[in-house]
Amino acid sequence: MFRYTKLTLVREIGVVLAALVMLSPFYILIATALKPRQALLTTPAISWPETPTFDAFREVMGEAGSSGVWQGLMNSLIITVGAVAGLVAIGSITAYVLARKLSKVSNVVYALVIAGIVVPPQLGLIPIYTSARSLGLIGSQWGMIVLYIGMIMPLSIFLYAGFVRAIPREYEEAATIDGASKFKVFTRVIFPLLAPATGTVAIMTGLVIWNDFFNALIFLQGTDAATLPVFMYGFVGSLTSRWDLIFAVVIISMIPILTFYLFAQKKFIQGFAGGIKS
Amino acid sequence: MTIKKPTAESAPPAAPHQPRPAESRAQRRFHAGDYGSWWWALPALAMVFCIHYLATAFGGYYSFTDWNGLGPATWVGIDNFVAIFNDPQMAGAVRNTLVIAIVFVVVANVIGLLFALALNRTLKSRYLLRVLLFAPVVLSSLAVSYVFRFIFAQEGALNALLEAVGLESWQRTWLADPTWAIVAIMTVLIWQNVGLTMVIYLAGLATVPQEQEEAAAVDGASMWQRFRHVVMPGIQPAVAIATTLTLVNGLRVFDQVMAMTGGGPFGATDTLATVVYRETFAFGRFGYGAALSLTLTFFVVVAAGFQLYITRRKH
Repeated sequence: MFRYTKLTLVREIGVVLAALVMLSPFYILIATALKPRQALLTTPAISWPETPTFDAFREVMGEAGSSGVWQGLMNSLIITVGAVAGLVAIGSITAYVLARKLSKVSNVVYALVIAGIVVPPQLGLIPIYTSARSLGLIGSQWGMIVLYIGMIMPLSIFLYAGFVRAIPREYEEAATIDGASKFKVFTRVIFPLLAPATGTVAIMTGLVIWNDFFNALIFLQGTDAATLPVFMYGFVGSLTSRWDLIFAVVIISMIPILTFYLFAQKKFIQGFAGGIKS
Repeated sequence: MTIKKPTAESAPPAAPHQPRPAESRAQRRFHAGDYGSWWWALPALAMVFCIHYLATAFGGYYSFTDWNGLGPATWVGIDNFVAIFNDPQMAGAVRNTLVIAIVFVVVANVIGLLFALALNRTLKSRYLLRVLLFAPVVLSSLAVSYVFRFIFAQEGALNALLEAVGLESWQRTWLADPTWAIVAIMTVLIWQNVGLTMVIYLAGLATVPQEQEEAAAVDGASMWQRFRHVVMPGIQPAVAIATTLTLVNGLRVFDQVMAMTGGGPFGATDTLATVVYRETFAFGRFGYGAALSLTLTFFVVVAAGFQLYITRRKH
């Protein structure tokens, strides 16, 4: 039953063609970024460059162009790593406490925390923005890290809590009998057992933060702490129709995340498909 | 187990940690208090409370004032909301948001489900295609939107393609046309999220036993009947998750509009999130912007609740 037949082959060809259409924007992206500047104006947008060149990349990364790409990359990296570290450390311990204590209070608190995943952040951002402005926290990397940790904490707790519930309680008993303190039970026994959850949390929250535009735009636009998307937005606004340069920046912004994805694609896909399963 | 004995840096060897030989294992069963300490949760709870509850409550209060970010705020009742629904541009933004979200949910889920059904089994290229089709999901939606801005540009790929196949009469400046600009924004949203819905449906399809489908086929069920009566009930939870997720994301649409049209031409592609940004953070009308935010929050919460309600009930 359901074997590979001639009809399946036809179906396979159809699906591959549909997938190629889906992936065609990547072709346009690369072809345009590699086109010499004159060819950009004289050849059709769907043609492959006759003489591919990395001039656009040299220009946006080099001295002559704006070195904002590098600054944006560094800022994105620092803010993402800092916030993910916080989300892992604080999220895991909080999920542990909330999921292990089987009282009514902890269930209510957990539900209230999880509700934070659905509510859009825009409304709360207004008072946060005005307080950050009066405290001088606009454009601060630390301020941004703390904001992201707080905003995305519900997701981190939700992902960790599912894994905590799956850990048998005998582990804690055994460790306590061996004389470990409560804190050691968590750091030496529970946290290592949560390693798969930590991977999922790091990937999911890291993606949200790395790709975030709305919050970064509000708090970091026009400052030295601007992340890559904010830099990109300003960069495109400053030059229209230099698609070779724009696409060079777009490709540079995609490379770190796509590299990461190709190495850990199973974990990425599981995170999106399974993180929401429980 | 890595912990063998209490080490120097652990708390002083207080009595509670010493095994009490008089007690049996059963007597030493854990009390609720033995799994960590309550105060460990405090930093996270304080942050979540401040950012998700306190700040949102303050934002909600602002929406009934005329606050401009400086000076005192005056209570104006529901004036801001009256103004929103009387301003054709704001009413247009509400309508655009709903239209984009609904079309996006339907099309992204149908295409995602079709790809999931096609790539569930049998096909030789299924693993490779899954990885490739999911790739857009991990990318920045801003970066992706710039690619599509070029595709829909006057000198862009779509017009070039139409010329190549001899359909010059179909060419147009897509993003300058109010209707097509909305379609273009829907296209980016759908393109970037098909991989996400596909993966959720694949996870759902993995729970449908192949034997059931085979049994139905042996009994003479057509492909459609098998899908309708065997597969669909099995993937009901996946449908609930995928539609709710896409609906919430669709209602929040922001990056795609900012990158492709900036809300133009003449507000034809403005959405709630873009007018919130413009009114609040660009113009400093915090009271009015908060009222727009509250409207957006209302739609998202109602839509997510309704969605979960109907999909749960069917289940």
